[in-house]
Amino acid sequence: MIIQLNGKRHELPQNIATVADLLEAFELKNRIVIVEINKEIIPKEQYLLPCLKDGDAVELIHFVGGG
Amino acid sequence: MNMLKIADRTFQSRLLLGTGKYPSFEIQKEAVEVSESEILTFAVRRMNIFEQSQPNFLEKLDLSRYTLLPNTAGAKTAEEAVRIAKLAKSSGLCDMIKVEVIGCDKSLLPDPVETLKASELLLEEGFIVLPYTSDDVVLAKRLEQLGVHGIMPGASPIGSGKGILNPLNLQFIIEQSSVPVIIDAGIGSPKDAAYAMELGADGVLLNTAVSNANDPVKMALAMKLAIEAGRFGYEAGRIIEKNYGVASSPMTGMITS
Repeated sequence: MIIQLNGKRHELPQNIATVADLLEAFELKNRIVIVEINKEIIPKEQYLLPCLKDGDAVELIHFVGGG
Repeated sequence: MNMLKIADRTFQSRLLLGTGKYPSFEIQKEAVEVSESEILTFAVRRMNIFEQSQPNFLEKLDLSRYTLLPNTAGAKTAEEAVRIAKLAKSSGLCDMIKVEVIGCDKSLLPDPVETLKASELLLEEGFIVLPYTSDDVVLAKRLEQLGVHGIMPGASPIGSGKGILNPLNLQFIIEQSSVPVIIDAGIGSPKDAAYAMELGADGVLLNTAVSNANDPVKMALAMKLAIEAGRFGYEAGRIIEKNYGVASSPMTGMITS
């Protein structure tokens, strides 16, 4: 399926269906990361649900230095 | 020195430190350490997942030791600020938010209308709300009436280092406020920070003045000391200025021929 990932068109391999899969694929499992799909924040309890759909706008958000 | 109280939290340190633009992680870590800050600010951004080589200094700090104050920098509307604030809070690491809604790209001055709207919405959502504002006295009053937990007026434009340009307005804001007033943005040197504290500010939030100094670690120490000196000076109560000299030595017992 094809999603918008952090503003970029991105093709996901077939085996990625959950947020957990996505984080695993980008090696983000042990990082502080906030996940938003179509402007809805996804709670951690839902990371194992197969919620990713074709055309989703997915944002992987984190904290960076700032004032 | 009295403690800084924001909402139900108390802090020893009155220096709130930004985490942007340090030359290296080692320097940032040491500067944060030396500053003795207990509240760190940071920004909320997309992860750089397609180019992971770029380091993120913030991830290497032990964040559990600090109260985290994310900002809504990047927002130009109340709606965008609320989205960013909710993203930050969903990390489970923080419930304070620095409302920062920029209304002018050149001066980086805040949009007062959107700041007020965003503050209202975020208070309804249960955030501890600290809006970054201009030095507008009436806006500060209106924000306080909404129920914000602190007012953070800028001394001068963000990152400008121009210091305190309108001490009178800041003083008016400080005098009228029953919530903490933290002077945020524009601080250039330790004298500015000390001055802010002498005006009666409850704290100072700065970033560039430390992170872009030639020696950020030494400047972090200088700012810490300046803020402490300014605060002690304020608590001690300064003398009244006079136009002419008043001798410090006794006027009696003069040794004359």
